Amino acid sequence: MESGKSKLKQILKSGRLAVTAEISPPKHASAEMIVQQTRLLGDYVDAANITDCQTAVVRMSSIGAGVHILREGIEPVVQMTCRDRNRIAIQSDLLGAYSLGIRNLLCLSGDHQMFGNHPTAKNVYDVDSIQLIRLVRRMKDEKLFFSGEAFNGQEPRFFVGAVANPFADPFEYRVDRLEKKINAGAEFIQTQTIYDLERFTRFMEMCVARGLHERAYILAGVTPLKSWRAARFLQTSVPGMIVPDDIVRRLKNAENQQEEGKNICLEQIKYIKEEVKGVSGFHIIAISWPEVVPDIVKSSGLYPRPVID
Amino acid sequence: MIIAEQKPVAEIAGYIESCNKVLLVGCGGCVTVCLTGGEKETEILASALRIKRRQEGKPLETVTCVATRQCEPEYIDALDSAVRDVDAIISLACGIGPQYLAGRYKDKYVVSAMNTRFAGGAKRHGFWEEYCGLCGDCVLNLTGGICPVIRCAKSILNGPCGGSQNGKCEINRDVDCAWQLIHDRLKILGRLDTLKEIVPPKDWSRSRDGGPRKMVIEDVMSGSNPEKAN
Ligand code: SF4
Ligand code: SF4
Repeated sequence: MESGKSKLKQILKSGRLAVTAEISPPKHASAEMIVQQTRLLGDYVDAANITDCQTAVVRMSSIGAGVHILREGIEPVVQMTCRDRNRIAIQSDLLGAYSLGIRNLLCLSGDHQMFGNHPTAKNVYDVDSIQLIRLVRRMKDEKLFFSGEAFNGQEPRFFVGAVANPFADPFEYRVDRLEKKINAGAEFIQTQTIYDLERFTRFMEMCVARGLHERAYILAGVTPLKSWRAARFLQTSVPGMIVPDDIVRRLKNAENQQEEGKNICLEQIKYIKEEVKGVSGFHIIAISWPEVVPDIVKSSGLYPRPVID
Repeated sequence: MIIAEQKPVAEIAGYIESCNKVLLVGCGGCVTVCLTGGEKETEILASALRIKRRQEGKPLETVTCVATRQCEPEYIDALDSAVRDVDAIISLACGIGPQYLAGRYKDKYVVSAMNTRFAGGAKRHGFWEEYCGLCGDCVLNLTGGICPVIRCAKSILNGPCGGSQNGKCEINRDVDCAWQLIHDRLKILGRLDTLKEIVPPKDWSRSRDGGPRKMVIEDVMSGSNPEKAN
């Protein structure tokens, strides 16, 4: 990290498929679990996303956890949500994060607090994700604070990412919204977990037709399912997610559900690699199943990962 | 209109435990329209408090009246004689009423019987919904006349977020996604291009910073000095 460059960016720039995984920080103050997960991921991923109090549950800060994984040798992608901070706190955290060696930033609005363990909290949403992207780019491109005031020292030069959800509605607006994020300055995009390949394919066709894949690197989100119950949960209880019935059925009928879940994920990666144009890499979100990531990376032919100086 | 609902009787009773005689002041404004603080509700609350206290063996004396509006000093002035011998004044107005009463009757204990909720519109008789958060910097003209500040759970100005599905908000399948509504409306108007523009961060300083907001219309400012309420 001494070079101050994002390895993720360099890999994407080189045209090779990137692989990232997701790490959820612990609900306590020990880094032990983070360190374990990082070691597990080893050299199977190019970077790891650190969620920012996902589903509005209090966890170790994304920046704090990011520094732990950085020490263990994996490049973090720190998530920054708009739910909990106003523009003063966001900028302050970003300066701190950059000073600690964090180079990748994923900007998102964040899940509403009613899903989490503090549903009576006051939310902030001072800026939204698109405004955040633009303002973070303003910091790096124009060396200006959100307010327009100039920096009198090092400006944070993050590789700026955003999320896109092809499975949210209205579908016809989803590509427009992605374009809006790219116009705001997003350099890479991470999609919501894909199960509905048909809808994802249509989404990517529209992106490619507009040349969006050439203006930002699009990473396809995949989530291996551990059981049919997990599939049913995502299908019924997670807003903005589409899980087709036959996936639930396939898992339910399988002799070994975990094995089947892994197979489905591998098939999806293969399909996306071979049939869907415009995808620059994969983001593996192995919810409470981090051990499976190395296996998936190996079996899908994405290993070994490229080495950057 | 300001929508306010009554606090539970037990809670209100708790505040006036030590009082023997109270004045209940209803309001003829918004709370009369939303059926929570008008004449009828004031009488009902008074009798509920009396019954409760009788059951507890500590009778309460109540006097009731309704101010035309508690948010204007001239209507509060009229309460002077009624206030004189009571131990507490219970206001059934929105949050402005108790503050005006406390400002005028500085030595009186003023209790609010209400939870002031939101600025709403009537959907049906007996059903109100929030439409405006009084943000002071209205964006309705960009959003097809649908307020994202209040009607979107995240107050997003560049929506819809990734949680919008089947027209509903991620927080609840019974809540419309404001941005789906905005999208549909702009589509009808042939103005979907508006949604491609990046709306800059909002000037929240017009919303709730810098102490209470003020509005002055010089031409009609009269001798009655609203400051005297405080
Ligand atoms: S934008 Fe502000 S002023 Fe306009 S309706 Fe919404 S909350 Fe009210
Ligand atoms: S689903 Fe719609 S209303 Fe709900 S937070 Fe997202 S954009 Fe706002």
